[in-house]
Amino acid sequence: MKDESSGDAGRQLPFRSTDDPTKVRSLGPWLDPSAPDGDVVISSRVRIARNLSGFPFPKRASDPQRHEVIEAVRRAPWPEEIARGLIWVGMRDSSPHERELLVERHLVSRQFAQSDTPRAVAVSSDESLSVMVNEEDHMRLQVLLPGFRLGEAFDRVELLETSLEENLDLAFHSRWGYLTACPTNLGCGIRLSVMLHLPALRITNEIERVRRAAKDLHLAVRGFYGEGSESAGDFYQVSNQVTLGVSERELLEEFCQRIVPEVVEYERSSRTLLAERNSVLLDDRVFRALGILRSARMLGLEESMKLLSRLRMGSCLGRLDAVSLETVNRLFLMVQPAHLRTVAGLQLDDDQLREARATMVRKVLGG
Amino acid sequence: MNCDHCDKPAVVHEVVIKDGQKTEVHLCEAHASAAGYVPQPQPLNQLLSSISPANQIVRKSGASPTCPACGMTLGQFRQQGNLGCETCYETFESVLESLIERAHAGGSHHIGRSPSGAGRSTELRELRMKLVRELDEAVAAEQYERAARLRDRLHGLGTTAGDDAASSEEAPDQVGE
Repeated sequence: MKDESSGDAGRQLPFRSTDDPTKVRSLGPWLDPSAPDGDVVISSRVRIARNLSGFPFPKRASDPQRHEVIEAVRRAPWPEEIARGLIWVGMRDSSPHERELLVERHLVSRQFAQSDTPRAVAVSSDESLSVMVNEEDHMRLQVLLPGFRLGEAFDRVELLETSLEENLDLAFHSRWGYLTACPTNLGCGIRLSVMLHLPALRITNEIERVRRAAKDLHLAVRGFYGEGSESAGDFYQVSNQVTLGVSERELLEEFCQRIVPEVVEYERSSRTLLAERNSVLLDDRVFRALGILRSARMLGLEESMKLLSRLRMGSCLGRLDAVSLETVNRLFLMVQPAHLRTVAGLQLDDDQLREARATMVRKVLGG
Repeated sequence: MNCDHCDKPAVVHEVVIKDGQKTEVHLCEAHASAAGYVPQPQPLNQLLSSISPANQIVRKSGASPTCPACGMTLGQFRQQGNLGCETCYETFESVLESLIERAHAGGSHHIGRSPSGAGRSTELRELRMKLVRELDEAVAAEQYERAARLRDRLHGLGTTAGDDAASSEEAPDQVGE
């Protein structure tokens, strides 16, 4: 059966045609270095899980039912400002490489990209909004913005949800709220998260205190690619775990007024202290990283994330005039395997990929 | 057994054996919280594995129940961690109730938006939840007259989000007495 989700076949996602690491057509909106509090907060994400009443949840649904769900979501009333320029991508029509690109740009989850059942994702032209259809739940609505813009992300995703539910009968329980395939997501079904860059807290070993505090506040701390991923490059994704017995607005207020500002200040004061009291150690970390990145002939992903993290810290603290924050942010995306293969060749094996990564980084950093 | 630090009953008991020496800690809720023994939401796999056979819904035949809408069994849910459809929540309600509350750090009722839209219905729902909490407190404190008034107010609010009769005249700040 043809994947009915594959409309808009002539329209390309903006990042599909990259031919040069220095001329990527789109950086990904969440990597904008000039965003509010962008020195510490890489991005803000709000995700809402919703299911359609009358259909089994995706894992238990039949293929015809999954297609029906995709069609129902496509035909629901999307807000005009979001519908304009929206691109639908059917996963069955996408190559493994294209799916991986979507994962690396945080537009779909890895689980979504790897499954072989009928699924589709709608992506806004600026890539800040995406809706996964038939992931673990029928709909995962996501808005991802650069820097600390959680409130804006919340408003945008709420606008979309309010509009879609006008025509969609959603699975809802009077006591347990919006029902989800996994009971840990039900209730308001919202997941707020911020991606934080915390190199100074890592260097000073204060990160464990942050982890403990987060645990006490019922927050999850994950790595760069969410669930199951490690904190490569000193990036930490902090998100709420509890979605029942608390409203969306309460969660938002807690994140915006308390949690994020406190961690941001903690990281900034640790960076300042490092710069004041241990500038030699700080500069050694930053310039040693620059030296390796400019000289290495083979670079693994994890190693390059770690070294780029050091450059990012040096750039934020004004200790590294030679490399801009924008360049570092761009490299964080371009060292990812699928992005690298787009530029260096789809057939590269692991060693060739490490070599290509080192070559690309040297070219960008002037090694 | 009472708390090590006060006369309240202990709710946390810990036995530590270090270098052959056994020490016991008994703490009331307040002192346990102060000492960092805060209840945490648990990962789903831990919650699922904690569903003991005694807690399972078992029909007269002894067979595990099956969702009439999607055919999912309790065993499949335990294995996969995901439910099959919205009806599963009713089919496995007795098992899910405690699991959901533990996963959500004690949260037991939805607050916030509902499919009928944001705004008025949200305010109503939150008011209703506030009244429920106050009613629980009043009953626990044996303030029965107050509890009766709160119960009447709850009845006046109706049971559905769209049923907003009687609420407009009573501001939330009148609730606490």
